[in-house]
Amino acid sequence: MSPRPIALAVVFVALATLPFWLTGDYYINVASQILFYAIFALGLNILAGYAGLVSLGHAALFGITAYALAYTAQAGFGHPIAILAALVAGLIAMAVFAVLSLRATGIGFIMITLALGEIVWGLAYRWISVTNGDNGINVHTRPMPFGFSLEPPAAFYYTTLIVFVISVAAVTMFVRSPLGVALMGTRDQPRRMNALGFHVWAIRFWACMLSGLLTAVSGVLFVYYTQFISPQTLELTSSAEVLLMVISGGAGTLLGPIVGSALVVIVKSVVSGYIERWNMLLGAIFVAIVILMPEGIVPGSARLWRLAWRKIGTSDKTVTAEGEP
Amino acid sequence: MSALTIAGLCKAFGGLHVTNEVNLNIEPGERRLIIGPNGAGKTTLFNLITGEIMPDKGTINLFGRDITKVPSRRRPHLGMARTYQIITLFPHDTIIHNVALALLGLSPARWNPLTELRRQGHLIEHGRAALERVGLAQIAERQLAQTSYGERRRVEIAMALAQNPKVLLLDEPFAGLSIDERRDVHQCLMAIPRDVTIVMIEHNMDVALDFAERITLLHFGEVIVEGTRAEVVADPRTREVYLGH
Repeated sequence: MSPRPIALAVVFVALATLPFWLTGDYYINVASQILFYAIFALGLNILAGYAGLVSLGHAALFGITAYALAYTAQAGFGHPIAILAALVAGLIAMAVFAVLSLRATGIGFIMITLALGEIVWGLAYRWISVTNGDNGINVHTRPMPFGFSLEPPAAFYYTTLIVFVISVAAVTMFVRSPLGVALMGTRDQPRRMNALGFHVWAIRFWACMLSGLLTAVSGVLFVYYTQFISPQTLELTSSAEVLLMVISGGAGTLLGPIVGSALVVIVKSVVSGYIERWNMLLGAIFVAIVILMPEGIVPGSARLWRLAWRKIGTSDKTVTAEGEP
Repeated sequence: MSALTIAGLCKAFGGLHVTNEVNLNIEPGERRLIIGPNGAGKTTLFNLITGEIMPDKGTINLFGRDITKVPSRRRPHLGMARTYQIITLFPHDTIIHNVALALLGLSPARWNPLTELRRQGHLIEHGRAALERVGLAQIAERQLAQTSYGERRRVEIAMALAQNPKVLLLDEPFAGLSIDERRDVHQCLMAIPRDVTIVMIEHNMDVALDFAERITLLHFGEVIVEGTRAEVVADPRTREVYLGH
């Protein structure tokens, strides 16, 4: 049996039993954060990794979802309606973003998404009658699915884990599907794909929508986790942070964004308790990644691992070669 | 009814008329060779026919249907396939994956996000059949990056053939090939049945002349000479513009 399924099974069991071996609510909360940021990063990876379209506006989509949820919940609607409204708002925003930004690719796409993100941030900051400006909006309760309270950290963690597992399964299925393979084709050879009969724009649009759905799902989990949303969440640095998760872990891989999310969240919330200049540490880690494994932690480690194996293999051979007269 | 009719086709980039009042009439099953010096507008003509660029004037008819305004991505669905002069394949994937993509382009399954591509058995099967036709079936699982230039040319042709086109446009299929590789490609092309109409751009006269029945000579975007192989080769203008002596 190859090591990969065993490793995945071990990780899955570890995640499923995490509240039992990781003591302290704080650490369980960190684990929840890693998981919902990983969903966000998986969503961005659909575009940045598999479609070759780097978006710097995803924090705005995340934020629109969060604001929609907070606003609907505050207006007195129940959680199911608030969640639905939030997802729909996130998807509509994504559709608008996609129609405007898919007019370009490459740098053009980055700049349009960046501009759209800044517009939404500006609205969140200034449209005080709706967003309450810098003071943000509180969400006072978490939902109670089947009468089961999500207030305890472990309960919230398990909910996040379930959504996370579904998201990973969905993305795995997508990237192996004809549509997913076609998307990667449009990344590598858009002109060729068009000449083969593919509708390049429409394929990219649907990829945006899947990316937007994952971002919105992650936004819902985020706002229930923090029970608060303010314009800070929509800042450019938030978009850049998730993009760094994708790139540091390995864009265009399934595990990369998850590893990247773990790295960023752990440094940000755990290591920052011990090291005051954690930002510098994170920067140093990114620089190290770029130098040592520019393709990201997951593919980079795999490459170094294979290289190490081959080194061992060849050194054995040289020994025998030298041993023979 | 003609397979491909082009009437009064014009395209200018700024003041440069790369295609100027070009008329072409290609019969079903014909093998047509398009020759001309560098910059004569041969590849531009292909790009106009496939719709990658839109003409300023003129019409293009495919089996009697006006496709001038049909978007380029729809044209493979109407039975038009092309190969590229500069190879534009997917280097990180296997040969069979490349051909399966060509088949997927015409299959409604291309919109499906809920199944695995490798479970699309008919695509893989048809892809293998296309590779059989160009003699690459035995290395179908090989990564494209590990294949030779000549093999990639044949992958190009397999991708076009896999789409089962009625009109096949070949842009310099022999460019950059060794003598042996040229022979392999030549065999592939000769084996294509007559229900496929072929238009080919080629510089290599040894192999191309043998293949073509009718020849069109382009120069500065205009059709200078057109006729049977013998007529065009014998024409003094051909010698002047192209053969050079």
